[in-house]
Amino acid sequence: MKAPSPAPSRAGAFSPRRLGALIRKESIQIVRDPSSILIALILPVVLLFLFGYAVSLDSTRLRLGVVLEERTVDSESLLAALRDSKYFLVTPGASRREAEADLTAGRTRGLVVVPVNFSRYLLSGGTEGAPLQVIADGSEPNTANFVQNYVRAAVGGWQQARLLERGILVPPARVDLQPRMWFNPSLESKNFLVPGSIAIVMTLIGTLLTALVVAREWERGTMEALMATPVSIQELVLGKLVPYFTLGMGSMLFCTLVATLVFGVPLRGSVVALALVTAVFLVSALGLGLLLSTLAKSQFMAGQVALVIGFLPAFQLSGFIFEISAMPRWIQAITFLFPARWFVQSLQTLFLAGDVPAVLWRDGAILVGFAVLFVFLTSRVTRKKL
Amino acid sequence: MFQRIRSLVVKELLATLRDKKARIALIVPPILQLFVFAFAGTQEVTNISLAVFNPDAGRASAELVQRLEASGNFSHIRFVRSTGEMQAAIDRQQVVAGVRFQDDFSARLLGGQSAPVQLILDGRKSNAAQIVQGYVQSVVEQFGRERAAEGRVRLADAAIEPRNWFNPNLIYLWFTVPSLVAMITTLTALNVTSMSVAREREMGTFDQLLVSPLRPLEILAGKALPAFGLALAQATIFLVVAVLVFRIPFRGSPPLLYGALIVFIAAMVGVGLFISSLSATQQQALLGTFTFMVPAMLLSGYASPIENMPAWLQPLTYLNPLRYMMVVVKGVYLKALPAAEVLHQVWPMALIAAATVALATWQFRRRSA
Amino acid sequence: MSDSAVLVEMRGLTKRFGPGRPALDRLDARILGGTITGLAGPDGAGKTTLLRMIAGLLDPTEGELRVLGVDPREDAEEIHARAGYMPQRFGLYEDLSVQQNLDLYADLRGVLGEERRETFGRLLGFTDWARFTDRRAGALSGGMKQKLGLACALISKPELLLLDEPGVGVDPISRRDLWRMVEDLVKDGVGVVWSTAYLDEAEQCETVIVLNEGRPVFCGPPGELTGRVRGRAWAVPVEHGRRRALSKALQSEEVLDGVVQGHRLRLVLRGKARDRWDASEAGLEGKAEAAEPRFEDAFIDALGGPPRGPSRIAEAMRQVPPDDHPVIEAQDLTKRFGDFAATDGVSFTVPRGEIFGLLGPNGAGKSTTFKMLCGLLRPTSGRALVTGLDLEHSGSEARSRLGYMAQKFSLYGDLSVRQNLEFFAGIYGLPRARQKPAVDGMLDVFALRDQADEASGGLPLGFKQRLSMAAALMHEPDVLFLDEPTSGVDPLTRREFWKHINGLVEKGVTVLVTTHFMDEAEYCDRIGLVYRGKLIALGPPDELKAKARTDKNESPTMEDAFIHLVQAWDREQGGDRKEGKP
Repeated sequence: MKAPSPAPSRAGAFSPRRLGALIRKESIQIVRDPSSILIALILPVVLLFLFGYAVSLDSTRLRLGVVLEERTVDSESLLAALRDSKYFLVTPGASRREAEADLTAGRTRGLVVVPVNFSRYLLSGGTEGAPLQVIADGSEPNTANFVQNYVRAAVGGWQQARLLERGILVPPARVDLQPRMWFNPSLESKNFLVPGSIAIVMTLIGTLLTALVVAREWERGTMEALMATPVSIQELVLGKLVPYFTLGMGSMLFCTLVATLVFGVPLRGSVVALALVTAVFLVSALGLGLLLSTLAKSQFMAGQVALVIGFLPAFQLSGFIFEISAMPRWIQAITFLFPARWFVQSLQTLFLAGDVPAVLWRDGAILVGFAVLFVFLTSRVTRKKL
Repeated sequence: MFQRIRSLVVKELLATLRDKKARIALIVPPILQLFVFAFAGTQEVTNISLAVFNPDAGRASAELVQRLEASGNFSHIRFVRSTGEMQAAIDRQQVVAGVRFQDDFSARLLGGQSAPVQLILDGRKSNAAQIVQGYVQSVVEQFGRERAAEGRVRLADAAIEPRNWFNPNLIYLWFTVPSLVAMITTLTALNVTSMSVAREREMGTFDQLLVSPLRPLEILAGKALPAFGLALAQATIFLVVAVLVFRIPFRGSPPLLYGALIVFIAAMVGVGLFISSLSATQQQALLGTFTFMVPAMLLSGYASPIENMPAWLQPLTYLNPLRYMMVVVKGVYLKALPAAEVLHQVWPMALIAAATVALATWQFRRRSA
Repeated sequence: MSDSAVLVEMRGLTKRFGPGRPALDRLDARILGGTITGLAGPDGAGKTTLLRMIAGLLDPTEGELRVLGVDPREDAEEIHARAGYMPQRFGLYEDLSVQQNLDLYADLRGVLGEERRETFGRLLGFTDWARFTDRRAGALSGGMKQKLGLACALISKPELLLLDEPGVGVDPISRRDLWRMVEDLVKDGVGVVWSTAYLDEAEQCETVIVLNEGRPVFCGPPGELTGRVRGRAWAVPVEHGRRRALSKALQSEEVLDGVVQGHRLRLVLRGKARDRWDASEAGLEGKAEAAEPRFEDAFIDALGGPPRGPSRIAEAMRQVPPDDHPVIEAQDLTKRFGDFAATDGVSFTVPRGEIFGLLGPNGAGKSTTFKMLCGLLRPTSGRALVTGLDLEHSGSEARSRLGYMAQKFSLYGDLSVRQNLEFFAGIYGLPRARQKPAVDGMLDVFALRDQADEASGGLPLGFKQRLSMAAALMHEPDVLFLDEPTSGVDPLTRREFWKHINGLVEKGVTVLVTTHFMDEAEYCDRIGLVYRGKLIALGPPDELKAKARTDKNESPTMEDAFIHLVQAWDREQGGDRKEGKP
């Protein structure tokens, strides 16, 4: 027998051809597998759609019960003022009991009670003021806050109008607060939820999908066959990274187009910066997915773990819905450990504020750190042994 | 028939709880999730940093700044020396908002003119920004009112008496913990049922069941009951933790809550069975669960109130069992929701449970022969 | 390189996974170039562990191992570059096409340009699969998958080829193809290791390493071991009651082992070789003829023979009342998937107390037919009746009278032996009071009492197989459906299994069995051969074998008959097609 096929494919040395073959194989599998298409194209649309429309943190139109225990010109005009507010959908209640039942049942979020003698107090002009009860449903604290704030603003407006009407001038020396909402003047929550949800989609592609596909190779025994070939560890790892990286970048492009064209989210930063930050994040997410599936080796385990340490934190601990600064310190400390947190922050900045070097350099550097760590760990635990 | 179902249930429970690892995996992560997410899932705004740019040397602006500091809403006030510096602080998300005085603020007030103050908010965090705006506004209003009083302009005022029922101090945990009882129970009920049939299909034991005298409905019952029991047990643990550890007062009637929970879990188990009757592999089951779970969570009213959604989307939430349970669990727990109101939320869930179980049975019959 | 170059050298090779019995215990052996080395032994004997160590995928715990002149612990890459390895599960990507799989492994192994074209041509020439190159590997039949898996391992002409159970689940025709592919390589000096649970496969190898529970039992040319039973193998014709005759013969002190072969019993005697033997010593009437000893005889001899005594499960079983109605009935059974008919108009009946075997090449429609008969698949047209009941309509009652044993172990691995039995007693509706005695009885009969509280997933295959059988028999079914019940099972367990089946059939139980194992087909009263969805032959084993008799081959084996019938049918159909053309 003649000597073995001469050694372009010798031990461990990196071979672009073998890498190419692995990438080609993986790409065909991606295209053929409906679940990867589901995760890469359909799920992003569903998620963007839900975050664009379903989750809206802008409390417009809160249901507010109003009970007038006395019917006077003043109480009626207050009711009218509340009705005119763009924040409320007013349900006039016949009696206090009924209105309270509505509040308990959750049919209204708040309740304003104008008591008997309200007008008399107003006329008397006493310093203690006319009592006006505002009851909010504390079982949803956030909404309760909005109710209290908006009622206060509406009543303030009503008072001013009333004073002007009666020729009593507003005290001249007043502080005139001029709020300016930067980056998002119309205060639409979709403008920051949509970029945040892109981070979720990227986590799914990077971590969940990769975790499943590598575990599948173990379960089906193809990993064993690959290991018995001259493939090196770097080729194995890169052969998985490159196709899913491409899929992720493609999905990112798609998400960005949907976000800007369909949902009208502005993109104020540069495309280059967006691409770079996404690339770095994707490598870290992919690295985590590979690491998990190399350790778990079964689809069931890999899937469960990827959900618990990949997806749920990206959802809850990334600051995309829930404000990180409001969490207790120990949870804030935990959020530092998840790449999604840094990615969400960069995305919100890139889409709404623009290229802010201070934010992007810091977050980018941290993401690079994660990426290096995960890829390094993966190539450490991936051994060509069973 | 009951004996056959009983055997199935015993088998399922043994398989789920057989070893210590499995038992730990079933109990520890949910409890951990309860704790982490109870604290993390907050819309509350505390620990806010505020930037102040005050080129005015007068007394009035200093007093207003002092009042902002004293209000307790802002954990940290950062004094900046230029508009540019303020802008940078916001850009870098070091502060959520900035207050900018003009150098003639105090002078204008003294002169009886109105004095503008700019409040710049980071719109990237629109929720936090809105709340900060509310805080600042109330401090400024109070300031204005008291100055006016000093100036002896008497005001006939409506004095608002704010009250927050059911949760007087607006403690955010009181909202998240009961909601999480419903959410995490959902996760368990779905996970245990949707994967179990697929796992048996992959292991080949499913054929074994199909050739036995078990009827399709009996197999479904055998799959449903253990998940049902586990989810109910988990909900109980969470409720106990909520009362004993988080010290959230339970105001309603426990039997009423359990009645609703049973119907709710039945609906979720029905959904899980339906997913599992559709999936041939565990991967499909996992993705199926996921595809149902995320929209269900988002359309439940947990992340944001349902009435904030566009009108055309709201009808979709009627198909979501979690939507009803969110109302019931918070209602009974915090508000002692009366039975009639609970019933109002329970019957749609019962309908969903009946429909999903029927669909699962039908799909199951169709595929099993 | 000379033909007899030593490719692999093992000395005291041991592998442990945790405490307890080592997976492989002190093996000394060599593997030579230019030969096929058989690696035989039951499941769990340590075959896969050994192959993985040679392939450099597992590190040995102790002992010396040199593969292709290197130590795999130090330079596994060298081995990966020069050896081919086909794992048990093929290592194929099921969602890639045949061509894409070949391309992938050619790229990975650096087979390029002209060499690649040549290799593909050579590999595709082995079989007629050139027309399948665009088909997805997952859609191939089991035999085709094995051939493709082998082709992938052969792409770079390895010096050493390691094959892990290439014959499992493969019909005789595909097995012959595989064997031919390998033999061609051996001529070029390649060393081949072929692991198998089938001893007739091992017998064809030049050298055999026999493992049992990690221990090497024998190492050398198979003839050497077979020689030990020369003059001890005898065949005795039996006209009627061959099952009862076998069980009687096995009770004789003289008889070590026996199997049914059509209308003959094949017996292996204890003690010394003899020139003549009077079958009446074992209570048989016919005249004994000397038979050619087989490797399997020797293997069983080396392990001390199967357990003795009659089947206790059969003894405990009630007699099924005689009944003239057919127990299993297939009436024009047809199943279509799209426009492809997996089963096409199959009809037959099985009377009470008969063993009926369904044979056929991979993907011929055998399993589809089987699944329709036991109610797992709904026929497109036609009917499947069991004890006169249509499983589709009166499912629950009809099913309570049948027992089912799946191809691979399919009980609950995370439940203990006892819990599994309790579960099956429960779902088959045994009254509560009878459950405990029934479970205890099964534990005793199948000698599972010591393992009663162990998780069944971790048991050796032989135990699992006994447990599967216990679960299938707990409710004393009238009909047994067995789907390749002994694939991968060692000969001793197989003997025991058939002892029970034979005993049950004597009690009036009806058995339907599918198998790729030709020895097993010999136990059947009648055999239905399914090919391309049709029943192409039906009759007792001897009758089918008679059809394959030619001048050259006067006493064809079941395997010969199988191949002959399938090929004859192909020729006939081919002729039909030609006639059909204008």
